[in-house]
Amino acid sequence: MNFDPRFSGRKFASVGTRPIRPDGIDKVTGRARYGADFNMAGQLVGRVLRSPHAHAVIKSIDTSKAEKLAGVKAVITAKDLPDLTDGDAAMFDILDNCMARKKALYDGHAVAAVAAIDARIARQALKLIEVEYEVLPHVTDVDEAAHHHAPLINDQVFTEGLEEKPVKPSNITKRTQFGHGDVHKGFAEADFVVERSFKTEQTHQGYIEPHACVASVNPDGTADLWVCTQGHFVYRQHCAQLLGLEASKLRVTSSEIGGGFGGKTHVWAEPVALALSRKAGRPVKLVMTRDEVFRASGPTSATSIDVRIGAKKDGTITAAEATLRYSCGPYAGSWAEIGAMTAFACYKLENVKTVGFEVLVNRPKTAAYRAPSAPMAAFAVESAIDELAHEIGMDAVDFRIKNAAQEGTRASYGPVYGPIGIGPTLEAVKHHPHMKAPLKANQGRGMACGFWFNFGGQTCTDLNIGMDGSVSLAVGTVDVGGSRASLSLVAAEELGIDYSHVKAIVADTSSLGYNDMTDGSRGTFSSSMATISAARNAIKILRERAAQMWDIPVDDVTWEKGHAIAKGEKYGNLSPLSLKEIAAKSGTTGGPIAGHSELVADGAGVSFATHICDIEVDPETGSTRVIRYTVVQDAGKAVHPTYVEGQYQGGAAQGIGWALNEEYIYGKDGRLQNAGFLDYRIPVCSDLPMIDTQILEIPNPNHPYGVRGVGETSIVPPLAAIANAVSNAVGVRMTHIPMSPPRILAALDAEREG
Amino acid sequence: MAGVAVSTTINGDAVEYLCQPDETLLEVLRDRLGLTGAKEGCGTGDCGACSVIVDGRLVCSCLVLGAEAEGRKIETIEGMAHGDQLHPLQQKFLEHAALQCGVCTPGFLIAAKDLLAKNPSPTEEEIRFGLAGNLCRCTGYDKIVRAVQDAANVMKGA
Amino acid sequence: MVEVTLWGSLSAVAGGKARHEIEAKDIRELFRKLAEQYPGIEPWIDRGIAVAIDGTIYRDTWSKELPEGAEIFLLPRLAGG
Repeated sequence: MNFDPRFSGRKFASVGTRPIRPDGIDKVTGRARYGADFNMAGQLVGRVLRSPHAHAVIKSIDTSKAEKLAGVKAVITAKDLPDLTDGDAAMFDILDNCMARKKALYDGHAVAAVAAIDARIARQALKLIEVEYEVLPHVTDVDEAAHHHAPLINDQVFTEGLEEKPVKPSNITKRTQFGHGDVHKGFAEADFVVERSFKTEQTHQGYIEPHACVASVNPDGTADLWVCTQGHFVYRQHCAQLLGLEASKLRVTSSEIGGGFGGKTHVWAEPVALALSRKAGRPVKLVMTRDEVFRASGPTSATSIDVRIGAKKDGTITAAEATLRYSCGPYAGSWAEIGAMTAFACYKLENVKTVGFEVLVNRPKTAAYRAPSAPMAAFAVESAIDELAHEIGMDAVDFRIKNAAQEGTRASYGPVYGPIGIGPTLEAVKHHPHMKAPLKANQGRGMACGFWFNFGGQTCTDLNIGMDGSVSLAVGTVDVGGSRASLSLVAAEELGIDYSHVKAIVADTSSLGYNDMTDGSRGTFSSSMATISAARNAIKILRERAAQMWDIPVDDVTWEKGHAIAKGEKYGNLSPLSLKEIAAKSGTTGGPIAGHSELVADGAGVSFATHICDIEVDPETGSTRVIRYTVVQDAGKAVHPTYVEGQYQGGAAQGIGWALNEEYIYGKDGRLQNAGFLDYRIPVCSDLPMIDTQILEIPNPNHPYGVRGVGETSIVPPLAAIANAVSNAVGVRMTHIPMSPPRILAALDAEREG
Repeated sequence: MAGVAVSTTINGDAVEYLCQPDETLLEVLRDRLGLTGAKEGCGTGDCGACSVIVDGRLVCSCLVLGAEAEGRKIETIEGMAHGDQLHPLQQKFLEHAALQCGVCTPGFLIAAKDLLAKNPSPTEEEIRFGLAGNLCRCTGYDKIVRAVQDAANVMKGA
Repeated sequence: MVEVTLWGSLSAVAGGKARHEIEAKDIRELFRKLAEQYPGIEPWIDRGIAVAIDGTIYRDTWSKELPEGAEIFLLPRLAGG
């Protein structure tokens, strides 16, 4: 299957329009089925017992009383999940995280689970499980944990990536480094140097739908799993491995998903539900409560970042350096590494050095959150950039334009850039009316840039043409934000038919080949590439069938605007055959007509965004109000512009919450204090203004339509844009996210006294 | 525990069920009556995904007991459309792409319906504060507010 | 013959050198030759290495050809959210 993914400019008929999405009616009528909306006959209710300690040895677990309670059909502990990971450290960490084996490593860590005939009995059963803990000292702060006197979370961890192999264990699992040039030389050449340290607190993706699944395991090794997930194929792989099932015998169906943002790319409850079902011999429905979601799913890293940037008085940056410490939870991860790669990605730098440290803490295992690790690094760097521009006496936007990366620049993470959008987004911002709007008292304006990679990955698509000419499109990338609409537009575009004749569904794991999960902004990028490939394969067959029907060589048949055309003077009497006409005859020309695609979508383009915001600060209370917000981002090609705007606005809103109010608050006892939406306060409707968006389209040369991923980049600039706005409003540099009222007041007080 | 017998009206239909005294209306709707349109996002009245209307009053069904529905009129998302005719709010939410994942959408539609019933010509600020009890994590609320504004105009016959 | 640059941490297990000259026609052969020369690189390949060819990042396409004179850069294989 030779598919050419390269961009070719063209005029679009369907792509770029704004039809109503195909799954929309079910969602506005309440018919759409999410993770907890599905039931199986005879199902039991699953509940999980969780550690109340941040760090403790599990000395014993006695489940006998729980097992005897009437209505309880199964009780499991780690004993019921034998280690089948065969030396795969990453899978072992997942296993241990799903059900603690030797130690409870955070408040909320699962230690046992029950399946009972109803929720009340399940809850009673949990109370009857007796766990003996030996409580250990804990550490939850990223800087405290990095200190050599901190309580050790895993005494088998010796920091990787150091010049000399360490002799003592540590909570720092890995050191990574990126960069080029000579920062010492660069700083020596600088006329101005800004050096600052920043901190960001841990946040959660905050999806409104808690994790939920229904698991059914049969004695013959077959199993079914209904689950809300961003990647049902990945869940199948992980669950099959952990439970010792054959992947093809575990059928995972992705429900509609009520938000993920990276937090539903990992398994927590699912292996537990499968293990319960296996033991009970009945289906088990396991739904996490909101409290459990905060305590025991996968929030993002808390960070501590030092930045140093130097520039000449003409505004040229001569050196940039950053040291980034990211919390991983109690298991190894590569979060600081990504921060180290993205930190200076927007800029053209001769001398740059970034060093990342992964730090273990007694908090839930860090998971991806929309452009993982990039927002925090951008906050630190863009704040320092603003400060530096101010010291030099240059306008914040002009300073960035002067130093912006462009095609041919060596990226701070290594390779040389192809055509990129950072310059255009900055120019668009410079001339945007938002920049000229007057500010009132106590209001400040801030802007910032952001970068994200975007990914491709393994993708399969089936395109089947019905005998009535209507088209079914089965894809394997979960639809998190409306991709069924954009993929239907792409199929309609390639085939040359109307969008209304295409119906896209997300198929289960038994119906398609492996698909990577919907992360890395890859949903539309990868599946559109596979859809284009599948459509082109179907068109080849349509041409062959037309050739058959006309009895002419297939090389004389072309496909245009949904019709087979016989090309050449001698075929003047042959009128074009529509897709519908060819399909109607498919039974006698060779059978059903379909196009398939199994490919690796690769070469996803990087994307850039620049945001502007105006914030008003009340100097007496420290409370803030977002007055105005603008997102400018490069999409390559917006397949369905309304949903691209939606991604820009959604990412900005999450960034606003993160910048101004969201944080995990741990007590001295190591327990999470605010595990609910009341005290973990995400933005509500009245907190935000309308969010203006401007879509730029600099085509990605590695996609037939120029599509770049769009879902993640919009969460990267807000922390910095808002920090710059607040700093400008109050005249004090803000260095700790979130900038909640107490922090703003503390900064103002410190400035007054200092 | 002995069950409580409840007779109530849901979306205009007479409904009877047996529930435990400590069961919430949300649990009854979802687990006993198969009306899964209302969602549990938090179980503590903070997210609004379980919003229903009881005797003309907007409530979080996770904070109402199943037994409290006795003799009352309940309106859920399942009753918002009339046959194959979508309510203007439902239609406008689709046209304005006021939903991405859609899990908060039933709650928002019920809350917006209640808002417009009490205030047919709300300002943008009144819409924003009126819907502040419903959390959305995907959209940033921009297109939701526009959809409500547009639906309000349609409903006034403008 | 292509010139390949390794990021900081990977060059540490490749004799401390960032720049390497390797005879390889595609990504698969590049990984094989590097692993032959520096066995310490194998676990990194298993964990995942992405290859940037003239700025475009390839995560899984090991059959991707390495054009003569192209800039080849090895990076950690990342994921998104």
